[in-house]
Amino acid sequence: MRAALFVTCVNDAVYPSTGIATVRLLERLGVEVDFPEAQSCCGQPQFNTGYRRETEPLVRRTTQAFEGYEYVVTPSGSCAAMVRRHYPEIGGADAAALASRTYELTEFLVDVVGVTDVGAYFPHVVTYHPSCHGLRMLGLGERPRKLLEAVRGLELRELPGAEECCGFGGTFAVKNSDVSAAMGQDKVRSAVSTGADVLCGADNSCLMHIGGILSREDAPMRALHLAEILASTEEEPWS
Amino acid sequence: MSGTYLGMPAFPVAAKAALGNETLRGNLRHATHTIRDKRAKAVAELDDWALLREAGKQIKDHTLRHLDRYLVQLEESVTAAGGVVHWAGDAAEANRIVAELVKATGETEVVKVKSMATQEIGLNEALEAEGISAYETDLAELIVQLGDDLPSHILVPAIHRNRGEIRDIFRDRMGAWGRAAPEDLSDVPADLAEAARLHLREKFLRAKVGISGANFMVAETGTLVVVESEGNGRMCLTLPETLISVVGIEKIVPSWQDLEVFLQTLPRSSTAERMNPYTSMWTGTTDGDGPSAFHLVLVDNGRTDTLADEVGRQALRCIRCSACLNVCPVYERAGGHAYGSVYPGPIGAILSPQLRGIGSEVDASLPYASSLCGACYEVCPVAIDIPEVLVHLRERIADRGGKGHRLEKAAIKASGWVFDHPKVLAAGERAASLTRKLHPSRVPGGAAWTDSRDLPELPAAPFRDWWKKNRGEKNRGEENRGEKNDQGGKNNRGEGTAT
Amino acid sequence: MSAREEILARVRAAVADAPDAPPATRDYRTTHTAPERIVELLAENLADYRALVHRTDEKGLPGLIASLLADRGSATVLAPPGVPPAWLAALGPGITRIEDNPDSTARELDLVDSVVTGCALAVAETGTLVLDGSPDQGRRRVTLVPDHHICVVRVADQVVGSVPQAMPRLDPTRPLTWISGPSATSDIELDRVEGVHGPRTLEVVLVEG
Repeated sequence: MRAALFVTCVNDAVYPSTGIATVRLLERLGVEVDFPEAQSCCGQPQFNTGYRRETEPLVRRTTQAFEGYEYVVTPSGSCAAMVRRHYPEIGGADAAALASRTYELTEFLVDVVGVTDVGAYFPHVVTYHPSCHGLRMLGLGERPRKLLEAVRGLELRELPGAEECCGFGGTFAVKNSDVSAAMGQDKVRSAVSTGADVLCGADNSCLMHIGGILSREDAPMRALHLAEILASTEEEPWS
Repeated sequence: MSGTYLGMPAFPVAAKAALGNETLRGNLRHATHTIRDKRAKAVAELDDWALLREAGKQIKDHTLRHLDRYLVQLEESVTAAGGVVHWAGDAAEANRIVAELVKATGETEVVKVKSMATQEIGLNEALEAEGISAYETDLAELIVQLGDDLPSHILVPAIHRNRGEIRDIFRDRMGAWGRAAPEDLSDVPADLAEAARLHLREKFLRAKVGISGANFMVAETGTLVVVESEGNGRMCLTLPETLISVVGIEKIVPSWQDLEVFLQTLPRSSTAERMNPYTSMWTGTTDGDGPSAFHLVLVDNGRTDTLADEVGRQALRCIRCSACLNVCPVYERAGGHAYGSVYPGPIGAILSPQLRGIGSEVDASLPYASSLCGACYEVCPVAIDIPEVLVHLRERIADRGGKGHRLEKAAIKASGWVFDHPKVLAAGERAASLTRKLHPSRVPGGAAWTDSRDLPELPAAPFRDWWKKNRGEKNRGEENRGEKNDQGGKNNRGEGTAT
Repeated sequence: MSAREEILARVRAAVADAPDAPPATRDYRTTHTAPERIVELLAENLADYRALVHRTDEKGLPGLIASLLADRGSATVLAPPGVPPAWLAALGPGITRIEDNPDSTARELDLVDSVVTGCALAVAETGTLVLDGSPDQGRRRVTLVPDHHICVVRVADQVVGSVPQAMPRLDPTRPLTWISGPSATSDIELDRVEGVHGPRTLEVVLVEG
């Protein structure tokens, strides 16, 4: 099976470790991974801020970059949701075709590869925050949780109020920074109350926001992308 | 009520003030979480909820598409049943019509059922200017009116007040408006409700004119529907000699049968009940039962402008249940007043800028008052895609340019160009990574992000460099790619003190 | 141009290019309740919202009503003209039945202790009584102003399962009042409190047979 990695601009520039983990995880499961270098940003920040016209070239570029791939996989629920939900209306037939071939990582693992136990080992106490776009726009449901439950050594703790937004929201975090921070602080409080040492998510934008608060508050917890937990094995521990 | 929303600051400023009020945050958190959980249970009782939601959406869309026809039909039905129909293009016209109708009765006081439409048009203030006292009779509206306050929630206008605050308002202010509250009034909700009962009963029993809104108007029969809980609605709709109902033109449903959908979805979505305690339905006037004169004032006031917007018109499906407020994390923290409108929360953020236009600072800020988390859309019983409309309104605001948006547009254009040229992008990423040790995690002076959050530490190199090095064409097929422990320069995502 | 013409013209212009929106498809259920469960469910749901539910048959009805009024200590009971005399045939000596005088003021009505009526129908799934102003239910104010309402439901022909089943049986030209439990409010901290302006005590008598 061959798949193109849509790493996303945030992961490319700020969280390459998530991209690397995704590659290693997929290769371990027998998937041949390609990285079309013409890819850049899906256009979501522009689109959600009200710059639809400025989004169009990025939609075209992304659509072209992934032409010919049967599967496009991305470790970001938010970017997957942008492609799935908005590309058809912005970019026409080709973009709609890309939308139907694009999978968020946990969807790809569970629905396409057909695994929940990816052979991972991660001896930590973990709590999972389902980011809004994955939760509501993609309907990821139990997939991330099933993947985490199968990880050896991992203890999963339920996050109170898990389905509530962390407050990132793209440019919302800047335009309404006070409300955004208040939401993030409440999310961090809930997360820390679980006693977990890792807060796991499937969207690095949200984790950047939550992690930024964890760091500022010197909380005994770090934020980590799901892909990095799933990439970790006994032989090659991630961290 | 003397408070108005005129001159409200933009949402972020007002929200910041609200965030600093610990009592307010506690009150809102308690109330919204209480109702949120109850709603989920009430909705789960109906296994055809999704179908009811779809039917509600379709009924409203069909009505809006043929609104001219249904308005004319409603007018005919109401008139045939003994009512008189008036049309008001805007708030001023509606207020003028109502004031004249009240004056014609010779009365100088009216009792009111809670109504969003009359708040929207500022009817109480307009009547006051004509020497007419309008008494709010819904418990929460009474709290707001006595407290010289503004409503902050569609269903529970005094949601920002806790029982202790309500007790104080009743003790201090009731006497000036009529029967005083007992000196030793407690803060037990049942005692507070009893004080309101006694205070308002004397007003109900002598009232000659009642003013209401309506939750629904049935075009085919001319029936109006008011859904309520306390019985104040029944008092106002039943005891006075004259009833004046002020209703937005979008409140029509075509047929009697259509009510069966909304009478299932509205109570469960709003108060999380299978059914609200009282629903009144009346068709014109009935000899010997209820008011002998009935006037219906149909109000546009920005609705036809909203209807003209192909994306935004779905906001007119709204049945004012307030489920979107109760699940909204932004509303929960900012409170209703920050929205600067009688319609707060997610629905307010799309309704107010459409009804009033995006001219004022507060209206232009409302579409951004959302993280687009989508919880509002999920609970909406008529499936208004609020995030979609928010983004659409952001487009309109960005298009218009204006304060802050010209610079933003330039930045977006520049970043778009970079993203469209991955080579430039890669160079930029590399440059940022190379200088990463120079990037502070806090920016002094208070940049919006770093006031409360650290910035992530940039990695040693972007992902695409790792790929080129380890998986690039010339490395393809090599088994040991020499990246065993190369995790691409792991970076700080809030490691804190974790080990 | 009148406001009417202006609004209609604006509506027509606003939707001129809008896509077609056909009448709704009604795929939702007409009921969620099996017929044999309906009466039990009605009783449960009425009680859940703090109505006091009593069950009896035709023969037991007068005695039950008399004892409910006596227990409450009511001196006056108003019954609309269409209430069968048999319902109030067992009243004790201390209780006076009064008629609803069409000219009586709301203030006079406020002095009445209790009211006894029938209903048009009851909806099990929502725990709702519907009154339509028929002669055994009276005008709307009589079930509103007094603080104690006893409502008699004939189980055999007045109970439906659901709201969709209720709609076709109701006449929209009559004034309708749907009652689900006593008056209540959620206005204080969004917690439900029973008893504001309507009758604070609602007693429902389900008459079987």
